[in-house]
Amino acid sequence: MRRREFLTLSAASIGGVLVYSLDREVFRFSAQTNQSVHIPLRFFTQSEALIVAAAASRIFPSDETGPGAREAGVPIYIDRQLAGPWGRDRYRYTQGPFEENAPAEFGYQGKATPQQIYREGLKGLKGFNRLKAEEQDDTLKQIEATLFFSLLRQNTIEGMFCDPMHGGNIDMVGWQLIGFPGPRMSNYDDVDKHFGEAFRPKPAGLRQVTRRKVRPGEDLE
Amino acid sequence: MKTLPSVDVVIIGGGWTGLLMAKELGSRTALNVVVLERGGPRRTDDYNDDMDELDYTIRFRMMQDVSQETVTLRHDSSQRALPLRQHGSFLPGSGVGGAGEHWSAVCPRFLPDCFEVLSRTTEKYGSKRLPEDHAIQDWGITYDELEPHYTRADLLLGISGKAGNIRGQQIEGGNVFEGWRSAEYPTPPTKIPYFSSIFAEAAKTLGYHPYPVPAATTSRAYTNPDGISRPGCTYCGYCETFGCMIGAKSQPTNTLLPVIEKHKNVSIRTGAWVRRIVHDAAENKGSARGVIYIDANGQEVFQPAELIFLASWTLNNTRLLLLSGIGKAYNPGTRKGSLGRNLTHQVAFSAVTAFFEKPLNRFMGSGASGIMLSDLDGDLFDHSKLPFLRGGTLGARSARSLPISECGVVPKSVKSTWGSEWKKAALHYYDRTGRIGFSGEHLAYQDNYMDLDPVYKDHFGDPLLRLTLDWRENERKMADYMTTKAMELAREMGAKEVTPFSGLRSYDATRYQSSHVQGGAIMGSSPESSVVNPYLQHWQLSNLFVLGASSFPQNASANPTPTILALTYRTADAIVDRYLKNPAALA
Ligand SMILES: Cc1cc2nc3c(=O)[nH]c(=O)nc-3n(C[C@H](O)[C@H](O)[C@H](O)COP(=O)(O)OP(=O)(O)OC[C@H]3O[C@@H](n4cnc5c(N)ncnc54)[C@H](O)[C@@H]3O)c2cc1C
Ligand code: SF4
Repeated sequence: MRRREFLTLSAASIGGVLVYSLDREVFRFSAQTNQSVHIPLRFFTQSEALIVAAAASRIFPSDETGPGAREAGVPIYIDRQLAGPWGRDRYRYTQGPFEENAPAEFGYQGKATPQQIYREGLKGLKGFNRLKAEEQDDTLKQIEATLFFSLLRQNTIEGMFCDPMHGGNIDMVGWQLIGFPGPRMSNYDDVDKHFGEAFRPKPAGLRQVTRRKVRPGEDLE
Repeated sequence: MKTLPSVDVVIIGGGWTGLLMAKELGSRTALNVVVLERGGPRRTDDYNDDMDELDYTIRFRMMQDVSQETVTLRHDSSQRALPLRQHGSFLPGSGVGGAGEHWSAVCPRFLPDCFEVLSRTTEKYGSKRLPEDHAIQDWGITYDELEPHYTRADLLLGISGKAGNIRGQQIEGGNVFEGWRSAEYPTPPTKIPYFSSIFAEAAKTLGYHPYPVPAATTSRAYTNPDGISRPGCTYCGYCETFGCMIGAKSQPTNTLLPVIEKHKNVSIRTGAWVRRIVHDAAENKGSARGVIYIDANGQEVFQPAELIFLASWTLNNTRLLLLSGIGKAYNPGTRKGSLGRNLTHQVAFSAVTAFFEKPLNRFMGSGASGIMLSDLDGDLFDHSKLPFLRGGTLGARSARSLPISECGVVPKSVKSTWGSEWKKAALHYYDRTGRIGFSGEHLAYQDNYMDLDPVYKDHFGDPLLRLTLDWRENERKMADYMTTKAMELAREMGAKEVTPFSGLRSYDATRYQSSHVQGGAIMGSSPESSVVNPYLQHWQLSNLFVLGASSFPQNASANPTPTILALTYRTADAIVDRYLKNPAALA
């Protein structure tokens, strides 16, 4: 078995942040601490995880509009997805023959699994996390048309806005940015009101709403 | 292979049609009925935990497992077909309840002339107006014959809406273009969220006749004629691709299963994957003897039966008939053979993506809550000077605006697809984006059909179903025309920026465009051009009935399930009233 790898993040970068949504509502998180958090990795090596973290932060940056992939824990989300059934292509028809150059209307027809696509793609990004932001953007522009980049972009959006039980959208930073409240059992009293005004109930994740430890798909076999 | 004792009835598939037939036979006869469903058991409680976009919408938790079985596609018969390796343009269901669990529950009826498109179109415009390679057929049944059964389906599901035509009397506020109904909808329309309500205003200003979408996301608590009570919808927004956690959305498991479970003569075997229908078919006559399936433990089982219902949805209905060698496979070259012909999908797309100034609060709504209009449906507008036949509905549903799927959609003025500029726009527009959808008729063509794929196999080693399917000029021109109309509506709604649909080119298997796929085992008035008679009874094997949209000779613009249920009711009546007394051909 390979050595256990960890992603080390400062607590300040994933919790204890002030979050502004675009609708100017302010949320403050209490987890103010200077300690580091070691998150065990399921698929990535530590250096791969740092590259993914850096790239996801350019796709969905932390900037004046609010937090981004870094605060949301996107690399943690992607790591778990890749280690789970999706990463191993459990959800795809994988019998040959494969027609790698099929027209786009037939969808991805290749043989490589998401795990393989990431591992290959990351080989081309060695040292990416040590580049300056502009250099990182230039590097990503060069691979924009690749399947690897389109997966990375899609997975970054997933990691921003998934239910927190999947490892991303930590403290619901993504949902707060856009004013999405998460699962709500009832909107009956509000659905035909608030016309033309933002109605922004306080977000809550599925485990909070159901008070159950719902198991995410990546943990199922 | 294990052979089980014979039963009276086997139903293959436990979705809307299979379970409706099971409920009818269970309640109205003493027949011993077995439902064979390849997927697992399900009930309302299973949906307590399902409000998770990632596992349910993005990873398709409730759909058929495509790693085991999918279909192949080619655009015309000169190409080699490729497998659809991931879910895309439609989403077949699996498990008790079938696709009826994760559906959106939009429940319109078909326009009366949809059942007679061939004769009505020829009458009005002459046969020269029909596309040269069309395969359009009349159904062999009329709207008037089906109306009482539509009403039963409305009552079963408790459909919410506003009638526009009760016995010929037009009623403002409902769909004034619809076929006559014998009664008002069982429940009042759903609440109308903001985005849909501004669509309604704009549509009225432009002279259209908007009306509330007929919805089986029922607007208030309802008890149906079987005594089944369901609560009203709470507009939670986790509707399409999810099961409803409170049972407000009518689904086979909350509407049919509780009745079935009361009847000791009906049993449901889950994990039972049917591979063949065994029969002794001669040229014109014969009978089905039973089915071979793989049970949940992987064992091969022969289940003999007197009467068999194939209810495994359009694609598997056609595939099981082909695999079992029942009937003559269609040959597009000679146009001989009827099995597999008239494959249609639906001309369904977001006609406009509109970006607004004000927030829309789009997380609230149900799969079917919204407003639509039928002014441009069917032949309700004159086509003599238009470059296409038939039409469809435009609508603004307030359904499913979940953030993974929707955040990141930005106006064309934003050039980037990642990075700070894009992010800023994505955050701003997430709740300021709405779509006007179009849902239009797809005509039948000689070269759009299904057969068995020569290369790709399922997990048992059986050939996959092969779809030969592409759009023609009629659909492309209809799409362009409707996109223009939708742009006018979006501007009238006050959209700041609008992105029109990019147009239909080749059939795109990656774009979801409704799960309304029909044909393959179509109904009609003769065995030469159809597989089943208008009672959905197989022309050759009179003890085999094929339920569902596989029987539609072509697509109608409207969502299919009320029509599917109405036809199933009609078949159940014919079985109980006639067939059981005299098991022979009904037509
Ligand atoms: C996302 C989505 C949204 C939809 N929205 C709407 C809507 O708004 N309005 C509308 O009218 N319709 C809608 N539909 C369509 C609707 O769900 C179908 O019309 C309806 O479910 C068809 O019923 P059926 O019994 O023919 O098939 P299904 O309900 O799909 O049931 C077929 C069953 O057969 C089983 N089966 C298949 N093969 C085998 C086999 N070999 N052995 C054993 N069992 C087998 C399957 O597992 C499945 O459970 C929607 C569908 C989807 C997927
Ligand atoms: S929107 Fe209504 S019908 Fe749909 S899942 Fe939620 S409560 Fe059920």
